[in-house]
Amino acid sequence: MAERRDDAPDKAREEFFSEASELVDGFGRHLLALEESVENGHGPDPETLNDIFRGVHTLKGLSGLFGAATLSGLSHELENLLDDLRLGRIPLSTAVLDLLFDAVELYGRILSALKGEEAEPREEVLTLLASLAAVSNERSGNVAFIAEYELDPETLGVLTEYEEHRLRSNLQAGLALYRLKAKFPLATIDSALEELKLRVRPVGEIITYLPTGDGGDLDAIDLEILVASRSAAAELRQAVDSDAVSVDEVKKRDLSQARTPPAPRVGERTDDSAMDLPDGRETPSPPPVEDDEPAHASMHPAPHATEAVVMPAAAGGRDISLRSVSQTVRVDIRKLDRLMNALGELSLVRGALLRYAEKLRSEPGTRRLGMDLLGVHRAFERQLAQMQSGILEVRMVPLGQVFDKLARIVRQVSREQNKSVHFVVTGGETEIDKLIVEELSDPLLHMIRNAIDHGIEPIPERAAAGKPDTGTVALNAYQQGNHVVIEVEDDGRGIDPHAVLHKAVTMGLVSMEEAKSFSLEEAVSLVFMQGFSTRDTATAMSGRGIGMDIVKTRIAKLGGLVDIVSEVQIGTKITLTLPVTLAIVGVLTFVVEATVYCMPLSSMEEAVVFDSALVREVDGREVMTHRGVTLPVVRLARLFSEPPAPQRATKQFLIVARVGTRRLGMVVDRLIEQQDVVIKALGRTLAHVRGFAGATDLGDQRVALILDVPSLIEECLTAAEGRRANDASLAFRFGERS
Amino acid sequence: MEDSASTRSFIRAILEGVREGALAGCTVQEATSGFDAMRLLPRGPYDLVLTDINMPDINGLEVIQFVRKSPHHKDTPLVIISTQTSERDIARALALGATAYLRKPFVPEELVATLERVLAPKGGAAPHG
Repeated sequence: MAERRDDAPDKAREEFFSEASELVDGFGRHLLALEESVENGHGPDPETLNDIFRGVHTLKGLSGLFGAATLSGLSHELENLLDDLRLGRIPLSTAVLDLLFDAVELYGRILSALKGEEAEPREEVLTLLASLAAVSNERSGNVAFIAEYELDPETLGVLTEYEEHRLRSNLQAGLALYRLKAKFPLATIDSALEELKLRVRPVGEIITYLPTGDGGDLDAIDLEILVASRSAAAELRQAVDSDAVSVDEVKKRDLSQARTPPAPRVGERTDDSAMDLPDGRETPSPPPVEDDEPAHASMHPAPHATEAVVMPAAAGGRDISLRSVSQTVRVDIRKLDRLMNALGELSLVRGALLRYAEKLRSEPGTRRLGMDLLGVHRAFERQLAQMQSGILEVRMVPLGQVFDKLARIVRQVSREQNKSVHFVVTGGETEIDKLIVEELSDPLLHMIRNAIDHGIEPIPERAAAGKPDTGTVALNAYQQGNHVVIEVEDDGRGIDPHAVLHKAVTMGLVSMEEAKSFSLEEAVSLVFMQGFSTRDTATAMSGRGIGMDIVKTRIAKLGGLVDIVSEVQIGTKITLTLPVTLAIVGVLTFVVEATVYCMPLSSMEEAVVFDSALVREVDGREVMTHRGVTLPVVRLARLFSEPPAPQRATKQFLIVARVGTRRLGMVVDRLIEQQDVVIKALGRTLAHVRGFAGATDLGDQRVALILDVPSLIEECLTAAEGRRANDASLAFRFGERS
Repeated sequence: MEDSASTRSFIRAILEGVREGALAGCTVQEATSGFDAMRLLPRGPYDLVLTDINMPDINGLEVIQFVRKSPHHKDTPLVIISTQTSERDIARALALGATAYLRKPFVPEELVATLERVLAPKGGAAPHG
């Protein structure tokens, strides 16, 4: 992980810097807008706050991805604070605004540091982290937050998250904080410390041990020990029972001396840590900063101007910020596609190289030469694989980018509809091809909107059904083999299959007879049918389905599959199964009727010898029992050719394809080999042909069609088989000809 | 330094097994706690310090601060090993002057690659980690 930042391809690094700078710039702009609205007496604009939050969240994901830990750590803390702000848990005071402006400025400097243009602003980051933590701690409504105590940032800076948590909990519980100081001879420190621990434990909790001094003393070490205790200082001293150990209470700061916002004065302070602060807590007080200048300088001007002020040399600083703008270029995904194509061509060269090498090796006279060439081929292959994964890596982005946008939609829609919705997201870090991500946001938005519009009931209805007032919409993503699965789940009223059937029949989408043959599950899937809409009867039939056919089409175009499961009163779950990338696929090549085809390995389970004796017919479909499960079988020769080829006597093979939970056995004539191929689109004239995902060049001037397994499975397993048979055979005839 | 004996011997085995590159022939000294490290550190030149963050008594962040304050070691490469759990702790460690970090669990190659990378700018001197 640590190396990731350095090893990440330059392009990716550039993209990272450009995106990060854009986010930071946006952050700065939004802050200015916020400040203006606060100064004009309006409250902070929730939309703007949320934009900032999402920006920082994205920045966090991005920097995590690139191993930029400081950036990611800072974003983590900021995100917490911004979350509190946008959810109204803490008010946006001028002091908090100052901190946010400081953050913008630091972001810029950290980014410059990552580029190696300046040293990392370590101390400033530490100070800001401590201040952010202080403000966030305050949110919990507890009086005692760490920054109120006389602990310098250096001490706070070396607490681990857990220690800080313990410190905070103890202070919040009203315990007093003590600082024990002692010099321990290094030779005996372990036993001396054990003894001290034994004495302190009955009266308090040791938070941390801080070595002080510079290590110049070889024989002894100065130690500061932070102890939280309910006891008074005198009792603690008595418990410690050693003149060598000094015990002092860490007091609360006199806030009137600290750099505090113009908050209502809290009056005289006592040192009673459990004292209640009436209004003072409304405004966070960052720990005093010795050097006030930079902090103030960053308060008002735009981020770039700020950089120039804060940089050690103003002129140099300006140079840097100008340069950083021109050095970062966002990469058009199409350029990556072109690279990918070039890579595909190189794969062909590799294939040819291998063939020549094998040929040379098989002949006695050139055996040696052949071996050498094989060695060259292997090296070439390795580099090629690295290039390929490098380019693929650049294309991959975390799904969180889309999910963040959705969170905002949930807030908006639930507010519009006066519904209470809890939006739970998991797996935002799951990575997927950038092209897919861009295509995903509309369908996901649609699904989420539907879940709230039609799924989640109004509060009274939920209460009547015995459900909690707040509905839940969950968005989960995870990788499953070469696929990414995205689920949108709600605990709303569910879809009534009978109502869907009724609607489909009245709309003339299915006949009465067909309707009777549907299972309940199949009936629910009818919401995906083209033209199906429940808009006018949304309430009556407790359904959803506005434009679900569009969702399905969009997902299918990405090579994905949509499944729906719903139970009345319990809720609905829609599952999208998508390929991780669109560019390169591992395929199995096989022959049907003397033509070579490719099947993506990601959608196949296994290939076995086909035994036609096992096939039986059920409801006019061929099925067989395979590994104890009934498997629908389709003979590709029959699908692809017209008229169907005569039954063959020779051995055939069965490829078991699977997408999501659906499986289909495909009978083919001969298996060839596995290889990686670059998918090429079929082109506009063939774009409407279903059943094929694209074509590829197999390396010996042969072009092969790549099966579009999801749509094939769809075609072959769909309930309304008879109705669609014409379409399907048309598609496959077309495929065969091309 | 690392409080888990098995992790210590795992790291030692990896490092002592390196036969080429900047780490070949390195000497490994183990510290079982922050105090232990403080006993060792002032006593000798080290080419590299490797430390865990979550340890009993003195934590890794305090060790980093101590190391960085010490005149002997203000420039010694310092690599932290940490679990996934705390991004914030890693951020702080880097802010305090750690050179690089490695997430647990790691594979031997990652450890070696990370250490070689931090040692690289210093040139050939044989390290004693």
